[in-house]
Amino acid sequence: MNVAGIDCGAKNTKAVILSNGKIRAMRSISSGFDYNRAAEKVFDLVLEEADLSRENVIHIAVTGAGKKEVTLAQSAVTVLSADAKAAHHLFPLARTVIDVGAEEARAIRLNEAGKLIDFAINEKCAAGAGTFVETMALALEVSMEEIGPLSLRSERELSMKAQCAVFAESEVISLIHANYSKADISRAVHEAIADRIAAMARKVGLERDIVLIGGMSRNEGFVDSLKRVLKEDVQIPDNPEFLCAYGAAVKAAEKARQS
Amino acid sequence: MANDYWRWPESRWTNPGIDWKAGETVSAGVDVGAVSSQAVVLVDGQLFAYSNTRTGSDSPESAQKSMDIALQDTGMCLEDIHSVVGTGYGRVNVPFAGKSLTEIACHAKGANFIYGSAVRTILDMGGQDCKVIHCDSQGTVIDFLMNDKCAAGTGRGMEVMAQLLSIPIADLGSLSLQVDEEPEAVSSMCVIFAKTDAIGLLRKGWPKEKVLAAYSVAMAHRVAELIQRIGLEREFAITGGIAKNEGIVKRIENELKTVALKPNMDTQIAGALGAALLAKDLADKRPQPR
Repeated sequence: MNVAGIDCGAKNTKAVILSNGKIRAMRSISSGFDYNRAAEKVFDLVLEEADLSRENVIHIAVTGAGKKEVTLAQSAVTVLSADAKAAHHLFPLARTVIDVGAEEARAIRLNEAGKLIDFAINEKCAAGAGTFVETMALALEVSMEEIGPLSLRSERELSMKAQCAVFAESEVISLIHANYSKADISRAVHEAIADRIAAMARKVGLERDIVLIGGMSRNEGFVDSLKRVLKEDVQIPDNPEFLCAYGAAVKAAEKARQS
Repeated sequence: MANDYWRWPESRWTNPGIDWKAGETVSAGVDVGAVSSQAVVLVDGQLFAYSNTRTGSDSPESAQKSMDIALQDTGMCLEDIHSVVGTGYGRVNVPFAGKSLTEIACHAKGANFIYGSAVRTILDMGGQDCKVIHCDSQGTVIDFLMNDKCAAGTGRGMEVMAQLLSIPIADLGSLSLQVDEEPEAVSSMCVIFAKTDAIGLLRKGWPKEKVLAAYSVAMAHRVAELIQRIGLEREFAITGGIAKNEGIVKRIENELKTVALKPNMDTQIAGALGAALLAKDLADKRPQPR
């Protein structure tokens, strides 16, 4: 039985195909400005990778910011339930799930059965999402791949005054002019966003195990800062940016079995 | 500069009807803001000269520059001014100021001068913050509320739009009103997200004025919320750069179901004007606001 989950994120659209419950293929592409087109395209790509055709996939579940625009799916699931499902599947001991994406961050509290019991979400402010780091990376003229390792090389603690990403961008430029190293500034950027993510996570109550997912968990500078701020270890799955799509795919399998 | 859409043009003004040498008290105020700096010179409390200039990277230099431009061709020099008050975020860096006062106190005083003693609620929309001030008939602050944490609802948000759309900031207001029907607000208040939203709308084929209208609706709503938190007491007046954006002013008026008083001078000088009025009080040894 083949099912698919598609996560239409603000920045990237991800697709996962499960064959008999096992991940068979994964693909991610830029969402652009047309979620439906991105979903169609990423689905074709993931089918190609899985060596399947559309008829072979019996159920597609869609989730993410653009889910309402997508026409190819049979069902839609919320990002919260997709996150919860995926985290519980991979980490049965997970009680807190933190998902940091490009334009949204979520903290979810799960019970022993993997049921969602509380959540907090930030979709209003770029300062608490991956875009914050992306904006600062641009100001620092480093790539998103570079900013994480760069921040780990910091030798001096520095804290940012600005909260808003727009003001923080100016602050970063001033810090560059004041001759602070890019490593120190990068770390200050990660500490700042980690503080805000931690504050959000504390709202739902931090209970171990803590699982970190979403594209930002690829950034080791951010992960390092988050662990320090939380004073807790976090578990990160392989391919953390695909977790929400994976959760949608698990949901799709459940739906397929029901029908 | 071709990519300089976000800045207001610099300007200066002199009152030809005043012989400053005949004046008793010459006072001045300098407001060093995040984006622009203003200097105002009063002769016996009468508006004599002002300038509206761009803030550079160095606050003392920006203060000096705005003062120099205000005094240009007036025959007056710095030594002729009896009392100078500095205000704005760079207020502690005005080298020739005898005292620095908060922009809240100065804006209230300045609005009282520009709009008259009936003003009770002042919305000051600066380059990087937004303040709502309640004041009495003397222009003394009773209460205020400020947003300086988030760029949404500040001039900075408009600057981002000006750059994105390649439209001079002075033209944004009138352009945003050139829509047959008010579009739905952009979905996000955050300036960073609103920018992404705006790019999406442009790609969808929306004309610039419609995108701008959608952004202006969101911004006006944000600001109206700030005002409602402290309460609207009439008369209501707006100062700062955004007061010159009729698209935002009109939408704030619609949200609040009220009409803002119309200014007869550059609303960006309100802070410096208030500083100059308070400098006069200082020179005349009148009681100072806290």
